[in-house]
Amino acid sequence: MRKSIKLGLGAALALSVSTAAVMAENVKIAFIDPLSGGFAATGINGLHQFEFAAETLVNAKGGVLEGDMFEILPFDNKVSPKESLIQLQVAIDQGARYIVQGNSSGVANALTEAIDKHNRRNPDSRVLFLNYSAVDPALTNEKCNFWHFRFDPHADMKMAALTDMMAENQDIKKVYVIGQDYSFGKAVADAAVSMLAEKRPDVEVVGNELHPIGKVKDFTPYARKIVSSGADAVITGNWGADMLGLGKSILENGFEGPIYTYYAAADGITAAFGESGVDSLYLIAEGDDNPAPKPETQEYIKAFKAKYPDGNMSQTRITNVIQMLAQAIEEAGTATDVVQVANALEGMTFTDSLWSTEEMVMREQDHQLIQDIHVYGHQPMEAPYDMDNSGYGLKVQFTVENASADIETTCDMQRP
Amino acid sequence: MDLVLVNLIDGLVTGLLLFMLSAGLTLIFSMMGVLNFAHASFYMLGAYFAYQISLALGFWMGLIFAPLIVGVIGAGVERYGLRRVHQYGHVPELIFTFGLALLIEELVQFIWGRNQMPYQIPDILNFTAFAISGNSIPAYKVFMIFISIAIFIGLLYVLTKTRVGMIIQAALSYPRTVEALGHNVPLIFMGVFGVGTALAGVAGVIAGPVLGTFPGMAFVLGSIVFVTIVIGGLGSLWGALVASLLIGWITTFAKSYNIRMENILNSVGISTPENLSDSAFRDIWAMTSPQIADILPYILMVLILIFRPYGLFGNREA
Repeated sequence: MRKSIKLGLGAALALSVSTAAVMAENVKIAFIDPLSGGFAATGINGLHQFEFAAETLVNAKGGVLEGDMFEILPFDNKVSPKESLIQLQVAIDQGARYIVQGNSSGVANALTEAIDKHNRRNPDSRVLFLNYSAVDPALTNEKCNFWHFRFDPHADMKMAALTDMMAENQDIKKVYVIGQDYSFGKAVADAAVSMLAEKRPDVEVVGNELHPIGKVKDFTPYARKIVSSGADAVITGNWGADMLGLGKSILENGFEGPIYTYYAAADGITAAFGESGVDSLYLIAEGDDNPAPKPETQEYIKAFKAKYPDGNMSQTRITNVIQMLAQAIEEAGTATDVVQVANALEGMTFTDSLWSTEEMVMREQDHQLIQDIHVYGHQPMEAPYDMDNSGYGLKVQFTVENASADIETTCDMQRP
Repeated sequence: MDLVLVNLIDGLVTGLLLFMLSAGLTLIFSMMGVLNFAHASFYMLGAYFAYQISLALGFWMGLIFAPLIVGVIGAGVERYGLRRVHQYGHVPELIFTFGLALLIEELVQFIWGRNQMPYQIPDILNFTAFAISGNSIPAYKVFMIFISIAIFIGLLYVLTKTRVGMIIQAALSYPRTVEALGHNVPLIFMGVFGVGTALAGVAGVIAGPVLGTFPGMAFVLGSIVFVTIVIGGLGSLWGALVASLLIGWITTFAKSYNIRMENILNSVGISTPENLSDSAFRDIWAMTSPQIADILPYILMVLILIFRPYGLFGNREA
């Protein structure tokens, strides 16, 4: 009896070792984002989009470098910078050479610093940081480094696109800026105030206020202030429950102008606004119109929705991350020497995006991807191009091509 | 001036909602000595059940049945959980309800997922009742006010005018004597726990569409409910009502007006330091009332505990 247990154990061990040997060929991409807790919905949906993109766009086409497959390793960081650093170490120990993360700029700031340090000290196990969603401008400015690449336009670029649109809309005379009380909320407010002053000096900012993040039960008092300030438009960087609570409250209490947001879609938000958000809610993001103009993109979305019926194709930049990484690995001829991969990624012109016919450029001086930015409206939309299966989705209202391609950067890149 | 009226109404809505939660909690606390940490979780369950029922049978059926289901679950928790733990003292009871709160939150996430549910205001109430200088008061808020007031009057009637109410009140203060008189005190406990949780369920049903139905909704309200019953006085229905309204109005007004700490300090004769950015008290000077609105009830609670430990209307120490 005991012998058979030993035998079984031995066999299991041998099996696990041999699978590890097979797996060694894989290009391991560590996904470090919240998979439990309050922001888990966003994190898990992002993970599904990464897994699907790796499977469909790379592995199903034979992988990279004649047969190496992409493998996404999920790590739960609970949106905590501290936890993220622990997970980063685990990921590196498991052989991941590429780190993807997006939720919270606080986490991204911690990761980019830790990765910079790690790469200087451990030249044999260097990693790249592919940031798909953290939009603090500092990451490609004063805090930039050679290992960090950002695929999402940062907060100032988005605000530049939004204020371009507002510059053409002479109906807007008074603007109310409201956001969550932390670095990102402040960055949005500062950008809004300074860019409006530049592009529309006649517009008056009638309110500029921050509220505690994640703690407001009822946004009615804020909504009252907005309505009684006589504002024609509201700008907010809120996300999650704060976005939904603020938006619903503003609309319920009689505000009729546009609400310009960064994150008022998907993860239950689109469904919860439903009819009430039509012609009121706007969102600034990269990506493409819905239904997607490219037939292959339509197929891709349909296949994704077939696999994840409750999921949302909400972060279109994720496919760009996967495709550009694959292209860079092919160009570099290696997946393990990340310096060569980074050199290939730096300055890369990317033409195969599912979401654009234009070329995208990974800007050399700060590793910021330059692409079109759209202002979307919350509109009725047929499945599968809607969000939250609600019959509502995002429709492009205004586009800035190659947005902020020449935006200034203070980045002083140190190359190895 | 118009805004004052609007804020009074908004504060009333917030306060009455808080009252429905704290009324049940204060009765349970004073009767059984149990700090029911899971109370706000029953509020969340009410919202989720009502959402699920509303998908099939509409909002009104949800309003009737969801609190009933929550009440039955609450009574079951008392009968088969708390009563067994009770013999080991208050600390195990406390831990039991705490664990229950975590369990309910995880269960809700397991069944409904982590996203916000699209639980909507019924169409028949989805219009503007009236507007005060551009600030519209939704009909649903008026409806919330009426439901809560009806519940308060109903509770007050039952507790003070009926035989059941008298026995409950007696059991609150002298459970052993009441038991000796031949009343089934454990049954009363179970009934009070059931009704208390059902009230929390009602609050969930009517708050779900406006404050959002999401797994964090219990956590957001959890601590403020305890503050309310401590301020109001344990076991006092009037205390719960007054404290709820007080908190509703204080937070609403603090958020609606940008009162700067600088102005308050200046008006009491302290002048602003010249180098504000170098001053050690910079953060205090820069504070505004909306930023601290949510901690004002806690400050009030601390003051009450210092100067009137039995609460505004209570008659025994917290």
